Amino acid sequence: MDLSSYFDLPLWLRLCLQSGAVIAVLFPIAAACSMAERKMAAWIQGRPGPNRTIMPLLAWIPILAPLLQRLGLFQLAADGGKFVFKEDPIPGHVNKLYFVLAPILAMIPALTTVSVVPIGAYFNHLGTLVPIVLANVDVGLLAVFAISSLGVYSLILAGWASNSKYPFLGGVRASAQLISYELSMTLSVLPVFLWVNAPGTPGSLSLFDVVQSQSQPGFWGGMWFVFLMPVSAFVFLVALFAETNRQPFDMPESEADLVGGFHTEYGAFKWSLFFVAEYCHMIVGSAVFVLLFLGGWNPLPWVPLSSVAEWLGWVDNPLLLGVLAIVLFLGKVFFFIFFFMWVRWTLPRFRYDQVMKIGWQKLLPLSIGNLIVYALAIALLSRR
Amino acid sequence: MSVIPVERKPLSFAERTYIPQILSGLSTTFKHLVAPPVTMEYPEQRPEIPREYRGVPTLVKDPNGREKCVSCQLCEFVCPPKAIRITPGEIPEQSPHAHVEKGPKAFDIDMLRCIYCGLCQEVCPEEAIWLQKQYSMTGYTRAEMVNNKERLYDLGGTLPDPHFKWDKKKAAEEAAAHGGHH
Repeated sequence: MDLSSYFDLPLWLRLCLQSGAVIAVLFPIAAACSMAERKMAAWIQGRPGPNRTIMPLLAWIPILAPLLQRLGLFQLAADGGKFVFKEDPIPGHVNKLYFVLAPILAMIPALTTVSVVPIGAYFNHLGTLVPIVLANVDVGLLAVFAISSLGVYSLILAGWASNSKYPFLGGVRASAQLISYELSMTLSVLPVFLWVNAPGTPGSLSLFDVVQSQSQPGFWGGMWFVFLMPVSAFVFLVALFAETNRQPFDMPESEADLVGGFHTEYGAFKWSLFFVAEYCHMIVGSAVFVLLFLGGWNPLPWVPLSSVAEWLGWVDNPLLLGVLAIVLFLGKVFFFIFFFMWVRWTLPRFRYDQVMKIGWQKLLPLSIGNLIVYALAIALLSRR
Repeated sequence: MSVIPVERKPLSFAERTYIPQILSGLSTTFKHLVAPPVTMEYPEQRPEIPREYRGVPTLVKDPNGREKCVSCQLCEFVCPPKAIRITPGEIPEQSPHAHVEKGPKAFDIDMLRCIYCGLCQEVCPEEAIWLQKQYSMTGYTRAEMVNNKERLYDLGGTLPDPHFKWDKKKAAEEAAAHGGHH
């Protein structure tokens, strides 16, 4: 198959096609996560979970259809259809413009951050590893942090525009929590970039470069950063849970004490947009964690993708290698989504003062100390 | 007084980090994740109902196929929510069960009123009304939720009878008529 004709298309068309493809994959995955979440909850609680929905024509497929039915896959379509077609009331007491704007604002950063996240890599005709990414920018991680932190505005806007007590409290909690944990999150990844940007090399915040520096030969070169910097990985993971509003940091929603938190007044399609945005954040957050600490698309520590490509002889086959890299990467991301759900159905929610205490009094000093230790260690190592 | 002061031990450092507890919790939930479900998928799978279960009240026949109810109306009178309505009737002369005094012409139990208290079964001198295994009553209208006599016998079926008291009575009467020991 000759793929080179694809590169003859104008750049804007290619970018539109690629972004469309990424969104067309990300959005259904985010929606499927809501289904997976229900099944996980059911299995952990000793129930079978949703397993009845089936589409009329598909029901005739012999083995596959009952299997998918048992997995509840069609429930996804039923729920989605319900959200699209049910009545979407706007309460009389809300600020209509901002009320409608909030779920849209939730979706935009959630779908934008994925553009700087590399999802795989392949060897081009020159024999260099090229990332599969919409925008391979040097400010990669900074762009992720900058855009994803815009997501909190949608929560605040939703809480404020709803003009009622519980959404307001949810919005206030969301803003306080996200600001608190962003600090430790950013500080926890700094050692990674201190290590990647060794003195004398051109500095970069690109996520692709982080994976590249985990794919070098040798004991230190092939080591994933989760082994090299476990404290960083831990702080980043905890902050990630808080940033994505997942249990046990489910403060903005906290359905036990705030009804539904910021989305109390929302229903139907607008509510589902919040929901999908949360899962998109989760997916992108997991992807960033995998890139930073778990070697991205490298199958195993000390076994980079390039050596796998040599064993399989796929070095000059960009299509197969790209697919392999994407599968490896998505596998790790899906494990993390599983982990998010697993934790959600294990832990109770922290009290609000505990959340603030953990954020400011535990994680922030820990990440600052971690940064100092690694900065000193890297400085001493590079002086030799 | 009966107050026992309990000394609260200070949490260890590991406990204050939450991490060991979170890990043990994760292992517990993972065990449940891979364990088979404990629930039943109801309409397809039904629970095993014990023989003594007291569900919907039903009317039963004896092993000879005779309806045991003699429409004494004691259940109707005792029923706290007044769910039972009986229209008493005669048993025709040519019937093989003509020696029984009476039989119900109509027997309705309104399952929208029934509270499953079992007093009808307790009060019945003929052991004709039994709360049995049936536990799921559904219907689209109020009328469907009223069990008539035919339905009650369908649900009830036949139960073994240790007495056959009406047959014994008939036999005793016949023996007396033939100049027995009376």
